Amino acid sequence: MAHSTTNYNLDQKFEFTAGLKKSIMTVLGIGALILVIGIVMAMFGGGNDHAEGGDHAYHWYQRFFANLWINNVYFTGIAVIGVFFFAIQYAAQAGWSAGILRVMLSFGYWLPFAAVLMLVSFFIVNHDIFHWTHSDLFDPNDSHYDKIIDGKGSYFYWPMEKGTFPLFFVIRLVVFFGFWVFFFNKLKNLAYEEDIHGGTSYWGKIRKWSALFLVFFAVSSSISAWDWVMSIDTHWFSTMFGWYVFASWFVAGLSAITLVVVYLRENGYLAMVNENHVHDLGKFVFAFSIFWTYIWFSQFLLIYYANIPEESVYFVERLESDVYSPFIFVNLVLNFFLPFLVLMTRDAKRHAIFLKVVCSLIILGHWFDFFLMVQPGTLGQNGGFGLMELGMFLVYGSAVALVVLGGLAKKPLVAKNHPMLEESYHHHI
Amino acid sequence: MERDKNFILGVYDDEDVLMDAVTQLRKSGVKIHEVYSPFPVHGLDEVLGYRRSRLPIAAFLFGMLGTTLALVMQFYMMKFDWPMIIGGKDHASLPAFIPVTFELTVLLAAFGMVGVFMVASNLKPWGQARIFDLRITDDKHVMAIDLATNAGLGEEKLADVLKISGATEVNKKSFE
Repeated sequence: MAHSTTNYNLDQKFEFTAGLKKSIMTVLGIGALILVIGIVMAMFGGGNDHAEGGDHAYHWYQRFFANLWINNVYFTGIAVIGVFFFAIQYAAQAGWSAGILRVMLSFGYWLPFAAVLMLVSFFIVNHDIFHWTHSDLFDPNDSHYDKIIDGKGSYFYWPMEKGTFPLFFVIRLVVFFGFWVFFFNKLKNLAYEEDIHGGTSYWGKIRKWSALFLVFFAVSSSISAWDWVMSIDTHWFSTMFGWYVFASWFVAGLSAITLVVVYLRENGYLAMVNENHVHDLGKFVFAFSIFWTYIWFSQFLLIYYANIPEESVYFVERLESDVYSPFIFVNLVLNFFLPFLVLMTRDAKRHAIFLKVVCSLIILGHWFDFFLMVQPGTLGQNGGFGLMELGMFLVYGSAVALVVLGGLAKKPLVAKNHPMLEESYHHHI
Repeated sequence: MERDKNFILGVYDDEDVLMDAVTQLRKSGVKIHEVYSPFPVHGLDEVLGYRRSRLPIAAFLFGMLGTTLALVMQFYMMKFDWPMIIGGKDHASLPAFIPVTFELTVLLAAFGMVGVFMVASNLKPWGQARIFDLRITDDKHVMAIDLATNAGLGEEKLADVLKISGATEVNKKSFE
């Protein structure tokens, strides 16, 4: 056949040039600067004057902690979605994606960093983010005794006594990250070994490990959403929350993967990836934006319609607040109306410029989604989108970009011995 | 000669031969009326130089019609015609209308698309689909060439070109 993957340099590596590194570092530096200005302004400027006294007075660092936590959870999600999407390709025996598998996989390089950041920052943000970490909630003789939280206490503290060290919570955090990193390493090593030895046996092995990872991820992604996000509003619960957080992560992760693929194509890499592959990625972003909206709206509609106070408090906190209510609409516009209307046509999904704009805005939009999950429950009316939020987002985003692109540059960009590479090359829609 | 009445048909066994034939014939200036095949042949649309189908546009417009109808219907019923308080909500409570709006959007988009497709491809109840060759539902690909639009080439020349391009049979077909 005239056209074949053998026409391409399959050993091509992504060169993480000093120039690119420098520009990402610059963004990181600007982000850090904005963050510091934000912190200084918060220290001397606002918040403290409005404190009502008592033991829950607002301090500027709470806002810093909330930001830390938002970005921890958000970028962990983007990283693990890279591995998840990679595993999906194998479990589904997908051929079209063989050329871009390495891009998905490389997002997992952030996972070890995310694990350390999450564990360390849990102990730092502790009381300021997680209401349930206060020990007086569990003492029936204390004036702060909370019967509902006491009832949920074992979920955090077992086997320790409630109100002491949240061993069960920490074990879950460590186990989830441990297995995610383990599966990432396993898949990565098998994928790289395939480059050297070839043959179809590696495909089968990766498929087996992918299937195991997917089973583990199905459970762990849901529970981590309850642990890291839903437990902030300790009284409140939603049975859709696991899916909701997963959907948000998935769309953001897909957008990030698409952006990297588009970037690589524009810079002369991934020559065998054409607009048909980009089109499919665009379809994924489009479809799962609608999926996220479906989940978001289903959660909202049931609570709105039933109007049970213990449930509707979550949306009352957000919709009735001057600080947060505008962001509900920002969230819906960026994450639903924009991708729905812009990516609807075939042409928009096949041309890089539309995808670049929409995917960047989606990554921002889903950050706002997590912002809306975390800040109202932790900061109340002292929250908002300011310099600290912007700075922290830029710092985390560029750090993730450095790690992920650094990981991508380590090995060849294309899985040259993937048994379906030829099929991927001829992908046509 | 009248257009869309008299056709010369090339019958092909193999889709690869067919694809090459289509490319060749179009290059030599033959205007192909239509190609019929028992299964979707990948890339045939591009080779035939078809414009992209406008069916998605019809689907979008019918979807918008569904959205509009659903919202108008619900607001009219719940706010003006027979206001009812349900669960303490406002008469015009948009979130509660969304599921019905979604369903009607999908329903009208789907029905509209099927309807437009039926009409456009002459499968409408009051129409009569033209069958060029019964074997196109079984194992043969048939290329139909309108004799009127290719009058400059002549029937014999066309038959020759079809044979050379790999057609196993060359037939004639006329419709009333």
